[in-house]
Amino acid sequence: MTHAAQIQPTFEAWRAKARELLRHGVSPENVDWVDASQTASLLTEEPTEYQIAPNASVKVPAEFLRLAANVCAHTDERRFAILYRLLHRLTLGGEKHLLGMPSDRDVHQCNMWAKAVSRDIHKMHAFVRFRLVGVNEQNGREQFVAWFEPEYRITRLAAPFFEKRFAGMEWSILTPDECASWDGEKLSFMPGMSRHDAPAADAHDDLWRTYYRSIFNPARLKVQAMQSEMPMKYWKNLPEAEIIHDLIASSEKRVRTMIATPERPVKPALDNAYLKSLRQKPQKS
Amino acid sequence: MHCSVELMELTRKLEILADAAKYDASCASSGAARKDSRDGKGIGSTGGMGICHSYTPDGRCVSLLKVLLTNACLYDCHYCINRRSSNVQRARFTPEEVVQLTLDFYKRNYIEGLFLSSGIVRSADYTMEQVIEVARQLREVHHFRGYIHLKTIPEASQALIDKAGRYADRISINIELPSQQSLDRLAPEKNLTNTKQAMHGIRERIDENLAAKKESRQIVNRPRVKAPVFATGQSTQMIVGADDSSDALVLHRADELYRDCRLRRVYYSGFSPIPEPSVLLPIKPPPLVREHRLYQADWLLRFYGFDVGELLPKEDPNLDLDLDPKLAWALRNRAVFPVDINRASQELLWRIPGLGTVNVARILAARRWSRLTLADLQRMRVNLKKVQPFIIAADHRPRIALLESPNLRQHFLPGPRQLELNFTAPPPTTPADAAMALSGQI
Repeated sequence: MTHAAQIQPTFEAWRAKARELLRHGVSPENVDWVDASQTASLLTEEPTEYQIAPNASVKVPAEFLRLAANVCAHTDERRFAILYRLLHRLTLGGEKHLLGMPSDRDVHQCNMWAKAVSRDIHKMHAFVRFRLVGVNEQNGREQFVAWFEPEYRITRLAAPFFEKRFAGMEWSILTPDECASWDGEKLSFMPGMSRHDAPAADAHDDLWRTYYRSIFNPARLKVQAMQSEMPMKYWKNLPEAEIIHDLIASSEKRVRTMIATPERPVKPALDNAYLKSLRQKPQKS
Repeated sequence: MHCSVELMELTRKLEILADAAKYDASCASSGAARKDSRDGKGIGSTGGMGICHSYTPDGRCVSLLKVLLTNACLYDCHYCINRRSSNVQRARFTPEEVVQLTLDFYKRNYIEGLFLSSGIVRSADYTMEQVIEVARQLREVHHFRGYIHLKTIPEASQALIDKAGRYADRISINIELPSQQSLDRLAPEKNLTNTKQAMHGIRERIDENLAAKKESRQIVNRPRVKAPVFATGQSTQMIVGADDSSDALVLHRADELYRDCRLRRVYYSGFSPIPEPSVLLPIKPPPLVREHRLYQADWLLRFYGFDVGELLPKEDPNLDLDLDPKLAWALRNRAVFPVDINRASQELLWRIPGLGTVNVARILAARRWSRLTLADLQRMRVNLKKVQPFIIAADHRPRIALLESPNLRQHFLPGPRQLELNFTAPPPTTPADAAMALSGQI
């Protein structure tokens, strides 16, 4: 018989359901995984009748749990089913070494999903931009808010990094799916918000753009290399991205000017005690 | 909040002193000791992978606030825009200004930390003291736990270099050019022996620190002795294409530094045209791809068990610009192939063109349970066109005729390229330059 597994699209929900199904020995081809956030609430799940009595709990390698946490954050609708099949093969199926076989189709697919999610987490760590909104009058801590649009549902996975790094500030990161907030003591999560709930700019953005403009070397233009690491989908929330086009457009002229500049003659050494000492004893004693 | 005149002045300094720092290729922010700010004091964290917070259109990552404290300089290094002969505008930050900029940028998550260098003013020790003062304020006054990379001057006293190392996660000294002969011509104030001695000194401190850390971990039942804190790594940079040094000379020097001073990284910086050019410099910069090939060769030395002599035989002291150095080696050493991916040792797998260390590890793991086929390799995203002539798989034997054919090199050369349809990029000067620039991308 087919079991309808209707869950919220989170790792915790999948894990709870998967444990239950596995305890009753349900095979993967008999489970129909449904994302409850995507379906009408009329479709309430009926309590399942299992044909097999519950087993003792099964153990999986920690590596699998890490993989599963990332896979669940992906948006592909096949992820819960394939992940359960992997779990089933790994445990009841007796394929203990499965995770060591990157060439296996299920392992490969889950690795690809996990990799995409982990890249998205990494990019969130990189591209979140905090904006100063005020100072907490009681303790003097500065308060910051950021708006970010990750590709997958990664707010919970990405938040601990910000906690460690910015523990001395108060901050919130708003995203369309879920928001994270740190009050100096505790990390908490709230439902998603809209871009308009976050400030659009920070007084330091101009200084940051000045830095970005000045550290760029027009003589080594490699636009594709930039875009492969900083895809355009992230640009709309990066203050520095608005000057990229101008930098690219003006670089050829800047390089031509450099090449056309007449060479400078060598200036003689100054009368400086330190420079003299360098010439007198060319080696450190 | 700055008043507007102050802000304008700060902006002007930032423009000059970031522009002055852009020719240093180092951007790493990885490999620092683990630390964070969860004790509620200050901000910042390091440890694990460094993060690139942005990328500029030159394809380089922006991870640190990379600035000079001042671009005034007594030295006259001809490849450098800040040399005393240059007419570039000069500026100087106060230590407090750099500290504030670092903190402000860090809190907005623009950066991983600070990379501070400086032109040499008054003397090596005086300059070093100024640089150290910035790091001291960040660490001691503001409890900054982000990444700090300090450029040190080989002629500075050992005591100051030690002090820099106590505040920094990484310290570096640029070797600049691979031989004293080239230094004499292009950077007359620099001395290779001094540089190497200073690097040895830093290595000793790093080693001592590592040993102390290890010891303090082994003491289980006694109260933990706090290990002395010192930078966890050092790196250097060599400029390529400003002198006539061969790739062999560059890589032999790099290899020596990796072995003797245990550097984390040697950065190769292709000389690029600067404003204020010097009469002593070549007019034409080296192709960007040369720098790329040097990095590939550097990787082969450090992670793939190659030595310099294998990559650059005496009769050919420069890397092939058209082929990656491992492939070029394989074409010269065809008797080694084909290699059976289901049997060969790790060391031999590392030598197969197109296989990286990650995929080799995957192959070793997977072949314990099954015999690998080409389809398995494809799923691991191995470039089949590149590996096929060199390997035996469960369902594949290479055509020996191809492996022995004089045309094998032809098989790997890039075909006629489609020019990049990029309406924003300036048109490259010649199609050959365009191909170079393209293949130079990592």
